[in-house]
Amino acid sequence: MKENVVLEMKNISKSFPGVRALQNVDFSLCEGEIHALMGENGAGKSTLIKVLTGVYGKDSGEIYLKGENGAVNIHSPQGAQKLGISTVYQEITLCPNLTVAENMYIGRGKGWKQNWKKINADTDRILQSLGIPAKATQQLSSCSIAIQQMVAIARAVDMECKVLILDEPTSSLDESEVEKLFKLMRDLRAKGVGIIFVTHFLDQVYEVCDKITVLRDGKLVGQYEIKDLPRLKLVAKMLGKEFDDMAEIRGESEEYSAADAGTPVFEAKGLQSNAGIYPFDFHINKGEVNGFTGLLGSGRSECVRAIFGADHVVAGKVKVKGKDVKIKNPLDAMKNGIAYLPEDRKVDGIIGDLSVRDNIILAAQVLRGFFRPFSKAEAQKAAEEYIKLLEIKTASADTPIKSLSGGNQQKVILARWLFAHPEYLILDEPTRGIDIGTKTEIQKLVLKLASEGMSVTFISSETDEMLRTCSRLIVMRDRKVVGELTGADLNQNKIMSTIAGGESV
Amino acid sequence: MEKTAKKMNPVSAFFHSQMVIPVVALLLLLVFNLIMDPTFFKITLGTNSAGDPVLSGNLISVLNNGSELAILAIGMTLVTAATGGQDISVGATIAISGSVLLRVICGGEAKPAELAAPVFVGFLAACAAAMLCGAFNGILVAGFKIQPMIATLILYTAGRSIAAWVNNNTLPIVPGEKFTYFGGFIPGIAMPTPFLIAVLCFIVIALVLKFTNLGIYTQAVGINESAARLNGLKPAAIKILSFVILGVCVSVAALIKVSRISSINYSVIAQNIEMDAILAVALGGNSLGGGKFNIWASVLAAYVIQLLTTTLYKFKVSSDALPAYKAVVVIILVVMSAPVVREKMSELGKRFKTPTKEVG
Amino acid sequence: MPEMKKKKGLSDANLLLVITIVAFFVMYIGAILFLKGGFLKAQMFFNILDANAGLIITSCGMSLVMITQGIDISIGGVVGLVCMSCAVHLELQGGNPFTAFLIAVGIGLAFGVVQGFLVAYLDIQPFIVSLAGMFFARGLTTIIHTNPISVSNEAFKALRKIKFILPGLGYVNKKGIYIDTTVELGSVIAIVIVILMFCMLRWTKFGRNFYAVGGNKQSALMLGINVKKTKFLAHLICSLLAGIGGYIYFMHLGSAATSNASGMEMNAIASSIIGGTLLTGGVGNIIGTFFGVLSLNTIQNIVSSIGLDEAWWTGITIAAMLCLFLLIQSVVLSRTKKK
Repeated sequence: MKENVVLEMKNISKSFPGVRALQNVDFSLCEGEIHALMGENGAGKSTLIKVLTGVYGKDSGEIYLKGENGAVNIHSPQGAQKLGISTVYQEITLCPNLTVAENMYIGRGKGWKQNWKKINADTDRILQSLGIPAKATQQLSSCSIAIQQMVAIARAVDMECKVLILDEPTSSLDESEVEKLFKLMRDLRAKGVGIIFVTHFLDQVYEVCDKITVLRDGKLVGQYEIKDLPRLKLVAKMLGKEFDDMAEIRGESEEYSAADAGTPVFEAKGLQSNAGIYPFDFHINKGEVNGFTGLLGSGRSECVRAIFGADHVVAGKVKVKGKDVKIKNPLDAMKNGIAYLPEDRKVDGIIGDLSVRDNIILAAQVLRGFFRPFSKAEAQKAAEEYIKLLEIKTASADTPIKSLSGGNQQKVILARWLFAHPEYLILDEPTRGIDIGTKTEIQKLVLKLASEGMSVTFISSETDEMLRTCSRLIVMRDRKVVGELTGADLNQNKIMSTIAGGESV
Repeated sequence: MEKTAKKMNPVSAFFHSQMVIPVVALLLLLVFNLIMDPTFFKITLGTNSAGDPVLSGNLISVLNNGSELAILAIGMTLVTAATGGQDISVGATIAISGSVLLRVICGGEAKPAELAAPVFVGFLAACAAAMLCGAFNGILVAGFKIQPMIATLILYTAGRSIAAWVNNNTLPIVPGEKFTYFGGFIPGIAMPTPFLIAVLCFIVIALVLKFTNLGIYTQAVGINESAARLNGLKPAAIKILSFVILGVCVSVAALIKVSRISSINYSVIAQNIEMDAILAVALGGNSLGGGKFNIWASVLAAYVIQLLTTTLYKFKVSSDALPAYKAVVVIILVVMSAPVVREKMSELGKRFKTPTKEVG
Repeated sequence: MPEMKKKKGLSDANLLLVITIVAFFVMYIGAILFLKGGFLKAQMFFNILDANAGLIITSCGMSLVMITQGIDISIGGVVGLVCMSCAVHLELQGGNPFTAFLIAVGIGLAFGVVQGFLVAYLDIQPFIVSLAGMFFARGLTTIIHTNPISVSNEAFKALRKIKFILPGLGYVNKKGIYIDTTVELGSVIAIVIVILMFCMLRWTKFGRNFYAVGGNKQSALMLGINVKKTKFLAHLICSLLAGIGGYIYFMHLGSAATSNASGMEMNAIASSIIGGTLLTGGVGNIIGTFFGVLSLNTIQNIVSSIGLDEAWWTGITIAAMLCLFLLIQSVVLSRTKKK
């Protein structure tokens, strides 16, 4: 073990029934470095991290830590914590029913006595030093998701860890919060902490990281210095193929001519839901792709949820193809040919234990009605058709959807709505948390559907993606629609300045 | 549902399906009885006091006495699947439903000379009462988001009191022979009527599952309510529906129970049956947390529970001590089917298997 | 930000607790004002306390298990078994109250270890495990002895007679004689246990682990809490309290029968809920549970003193009260969710 290496994993293997999640993977981390762990979904990043933190036991291989003699055995997250390995996970892993301070200190230290006054004071001091706007005695569930995430990081930071693992910590933070986090990460790096950073955002990797380790299909591709691996090469390593799909898509999107003739497929005036958005007007034409953009929490999702009737609609008039309709719940929307792929796939999308087949036919089945179930043969045929069409990787149509990877789950949900044959498809963050290959496929599909006459509203936190696919962008700020961009205005700078409100810059 | 993956060979498909638990339990009990006393399986065709042919024997008594439980298992499985919780008020609502039935057909008299209303009318009233109780539970669960076990605790506590109140605490006795047919034998038919009623219920629910989307809707709501809503389903309606269906099952069970003794005992009727019904659902391999379900596994499990009861009676276990033995069997079954234990077992199995593979 | 915090000052859990306590006092004061009967006398309150000391202790255990997202419906059975075993030991085997107490604790621990192991380490649903536990305890009770036993052991009788006089709370009866207000040993033990449990859950790290596990099991694991051990301990403590509660209950009765404490588990669940414990886990307060038990029994006393004596009114009253509190919980929770 080299002098400044703080963590070394050798020949790690791990299998699950039917899957070899990790095969002889090596990984090493030095003191005072930020090390990006990259790979598509299903590449084995999460498994590697869970092995390191003791959530999963490894099948074979060794883990060495600085200051420990010989290979260490990590059996539980507790054990990992004791060895100085702290983790901040993608999903909030704190207890919402406890206070912020309790969340910071629970599960730590010895003995059973607890000086709550001191703990509250300590917590307040730490929160303040990190610039986190929360109070120690506040119940965690009353904080926003972003703040909960920051508390989780604060906890890990306070544990004086040697190895800090950040598993997609930025996916629910907005830009200024991400900046704060990066500042914190750099401070910690200066203090000699080794940080493993898992993210899907390439920009962020190049902003803070020193080294990159790439995994693919459970195998190690390689470890690189950041300066040796330019962006395109990284993507190529992750995908295992040369990368030119982006250019291809851009070409296709140019072909869309603003077809704003005729009555809009969907039109809303003064639409408002109880989710706290201001009333907004909206329309979409046949064959058009438009999108909502804005910072996290600006109300993008709430707008489309109001369109679909997913939140309780309190005001507004809605027309579908020129006819007045009432959309009070998702079923009304579906009957009017609207489909909605929700933002949170796990919570709102998949029916985990049901088979891929049942997940695909569900929406169409509901439209057909309670007394007209699809026959088994019909369902199977539809499932097979869409599995083939969208290249869904699944053992069979009978496989429960929960055992698929994130990207494939997303494709199943997409298949579900395509099978319902909507005229207007709303995609809310369809590419979040899935690998680049699938991302590109989905973007291509959107453009193809539009060229076939479907109207699509596309939401993504990655502006690049929106620019590539949408011909019109509705910009939101603070739960209000603040602008609409088309044609030549569709560029990064214009979007930024519209979001910022034109006051600054 | 019972014949899923066609591609898998039938044997391994069976071992992967949830039917394996009740079937293995059934076989174990049967083999046990076969070894201990082969006469357990004797079925005789005799005549009853009225001179009509009747089948008798231990197995017939299992089919007979297990019927109410099997009928309840249908509804309990649906409620469990849709809500991820259980209805613990079924025993109490059987008391209410039975009490309403008696109130209608006896017209409020303790010892009427003849029926005040046809049994059919009485049953409809009992059914309506039970469905109403189901709807009450359903609204608390779906509308007010109260956990099912707790919501049904209300009727569990109050049910038997309400039942007593319906008949003003009298115990009406139904006159005439005909009413006993439901819980006994119809002249000329040797099979016990409760079993025939149960079979009828199975046919009805099989048809409902085949010709409606009840199955997939219930499972979707049970597995992921939020996603189900965004697919146009109305989770609240489906949950209430499952409770109402359980209500119908309850009223049928109440009819059989009341008919068996032509009267009612509010504090004893269907006592602890809710526990057995939940047990049937669990023993059938259904997750008590809701989601995927298999009604036939629950129904089979209900009869297995009855077989266990009958077996224990056979060994002179007093009815009071019965629960202790039942509990031991339940724990053994549940432990064996626990995923953690199964994993350990299969690991052990693998260890034994791998060397032989290398040799071969 | 600051004004938001002020609104948040009363969290859901505390609001539910306040509602319970206020409801209890409103009910009790109402009873004093409108039903002159016995409510004015302090002894009435302590009678309720004495009669329910066992239930209070078992309810503490129930709340603890419910906080960790579990449930234990075996406690009624365990209490019944404790009563019968102790009675047999004292009466037929010539034991003394202390060994009887050891038996009670032993039974509680045995149930706790087995149930806790099955729930926590084999991951079997607590409802099923404790259902089997209940069946087993009830069956075992009748196997041990079927007929009611009245205990005549002198030492035990002496123990039962221990009463504490509460100075200044007595009253003068019609004959002009001052009668002391007394409270049984059982009630004192119950209150001590309530206080111990409250402090443990509120202030110790150990106690907060239960809330963490109930709030989010996965998170608790990630936070480094031994979830399995915590769940195991919750069930162990619950069964242990059922054993101790059973002994107190037995002390109050002075006799045993197979039907002892039937339905006690449901009363304990109802008390916990009225006291603001959520079955979804992570929220609950022992003080609330204490008031839950008292409310439940005060309302029963009120109902019977208004003249609704028919047997069915007890069941209907408890159910109505449970229903009311469930609706309040539901409204409170949905109100905060919308925010």
